[in-house]
Amino acid sequence: MSFNVNEKGYYGEFGGAYIPEMLYPNVEELRQKYLSIMDEPDFKAEFNQLLKDYVGRPSPLYFAKRLSEKYNTKVYLKREDLNHTGAHKVNNTIGQILLAKRLGKKRIIAETGAGQHGVATATVCALMGIECIVYMGEIDIARQAPNVARMKMLGAEVRPALSGSRTLKDATNEAIRDWINNPVDTHYIIGSAIGPHPYPDMVTRFQSIISEEIKWQLKEKEGRENPDYVVACIGGGSNAAGTYYHFLHEPQVGIIAVEAAGKGVDSGHSAATSKLGKVGVIHGCKTLLMQTPDGQITEPYSISAGLDYPGVGPLHAHLAQTGRGEFFSVTDDDAMNAGLQLTKLEGIIPAIESAHAFAVLDQKKFKSTDVVVISLSGRGDKDLDNYIDYFKL
Amino acid sequence: MNRITQKLQEDKKILSIYFSAGYPNLNDTVQIIQDLEKNGVDLIEIGLPFSDPLADGPTIQASSTTALHNGMTTQILFDQLKNIRESVKIPLIIMGYFNPMLQYGVEAFCAKCAEIGIDGLIIPDLPVDVYADEYKAIFEKYGLINVFLITPQTSDERIRFIDSVSNGFIYMVSSASVTGSQSGFGDVQENYFERIANLNLKNPQIVGFGISNKETFNQATKYAKGAIIGSAFIKHLSEKGSGKIEEFVGEIR
Repeated sequence: MSFNVNEKGYYGEFGGAYIPEMLYPNVEELRQKYLSIMDEPDFKAEFNQLLKDYVGRPSPLYFAKRLSEKYNTKVYLKREDLNHTGAHKVNNTIGQILLAKRLGKKRIIAETGAGQHGVATATVCALMGIECIVYMGEIDIARQAPNVARMKMLGAEVRPALSGSRTLKDATNEAIRDWINNPVDTHYIIGSAIGPHPYPDMVTRFQSIISEEIKWQLKEKEGRENPDYVVACIGGGSNAAGTYYHFLHEPQVGIIAVEAAGKGVDSGHSAATSKLGKVGVIHGCKTLLMQTPDGQITEPYSISAGLDYPGVGPLHAHLAQTGRGEFFSVTDDDAMNAGLQLTKLEGIIPAIESAHAFAVLDQKKFKSTDVVVISLSGRGDKDLDNYIDYFKL
Repeated sequence: MNRITQKLQEDKKILSIYFSAGYPNLNDTVQIIQDLEKNGVDLIEIGLPFSDPLADGPTIQASSTTALHNGMTTQILFDQLKNIRESVKIPLIIMGYFNPMLQYGVEAFCAKCAEIGIDGLIIPDLPVDVYADEYKAIFEKYGLINVFLITPQTSDERIRFIDSVSNGFIYMVSSASVTGSQSGFGDVQENYFERIANLNLKNPQIVGFGISNKETFNQATKYAKGAIIGSAFIKHLSEKGSGKIEEFVGEIR
């Protein structure tokens, strides 16, 4: 079975490009050019140079000794939190800004949930001297104030999305509308492995540096390239896609996806798309989608702004449907406690998104000989207010 | 013959009006349709509201949201329209996003449309390529015309492809925009309208987005067969309620 995108842009039955005609020229141009541009030697050289000198890659693969002892298994952390800007998001924005330049685009738009992708986009726009507009739900603007301030310092304009649930879904709608209104000079940097083809594949490829590094780093540390499990949290699924990418076709590597259960999968306040979603179309792709029986997209909930999305990338929908991926749901409470535990055991404060991935250690029993690589996708600085509120610090 | 095709053969400029079903009140749908016909509108686009209407500007989004709050669903719309052909003769099109249709079942949706007497569909986020591959046969089985959009950025080659797949009219988006964001047309639009007219397509074109009054209607229909008014009509409904449709249509015609 293949987990790569096919020539029409599908992973199994998921994916495609369900876009209004107004977006066709832009999306089609990308579709025709993204692979050849990414394959150009000077593109690769510039991309790799920036990842090394600007982002600080390779990010360490860290053996978490005390966490491993507690769970009697071998836990490695892929430290995407140590990247410049504090999360994995920058891997993709570096790639897309270089691509946008080669497409001759003069203006960048982006959507953001937790603000990590917005910051990563604003950062590369500052680096390249390109105009940047970031759409962010009004609710998220309130709960991620430090990232809003960062984007502004970086010269980006942060435009609030005021419609619907005023979170990531609505920010994405507004960004798409902006792109419809500005079809010639603008590139839309989607931050997750969602959207019309070729976005899910393009974002996955830019993020695949994560699993590429895991392979050689694990070889150095354990004498083998393949772990027994790779674990990542999933909202739209970009860090997960990058963490899984080079293991998708290695059947001995278990793929574990962790979704936000919010207040509980069946509480009515959840973002556990693989459990609650049905096949539908959102933001240009066919995927699993939380919706009413009537096909209206429902408003998800998670304490973490980055996982608060009613869909999931089409690759992940395919992993869920085929059983290649094992999906877990983690509540707000379990995620917060897992975040605090990681802080106390390893001295690392994770983003609340990433904290969800760690809660799997309480849900699944790993063998003592298992090598489990968990993607620590972002650092927790942006979430301090949430931690303070939650734990009454 | 499909009522749309028949209407397009008449020697006149077509005035098409869009409104969101269930707005301003849940049960206004039939009355609005009847009043639009009575006042000389040629074609009606009934908007099936959607939670995330990507191609729409604030006016239609807001009316869509209100309609959903009012309780509108696909099934309720079909129930409201059940006997519409007893009182209304002009062509009726349902315009909506793909996901609600997908959930209803594309074939079941088409069958229901045919049963009620709906003549066509406009589904902005169902691309022509996917339609041609997966759904064309179903639409044809139920005698439904599917209408595709073109924009100033659509290449001639793609326009010809869209023309070849279409069998009613082509929805010509006046400018690069979401609905309701333009006021008036300039040289750019004029050149675009003329370029499309010169392609001699087999399907007539009806212009939408940015038509709000008599002046823009006349500009749009200088080259095209007709024009569609959406946001401006919805604004009228918001301000004057659903009882003053004569006033709005009278201004245009």
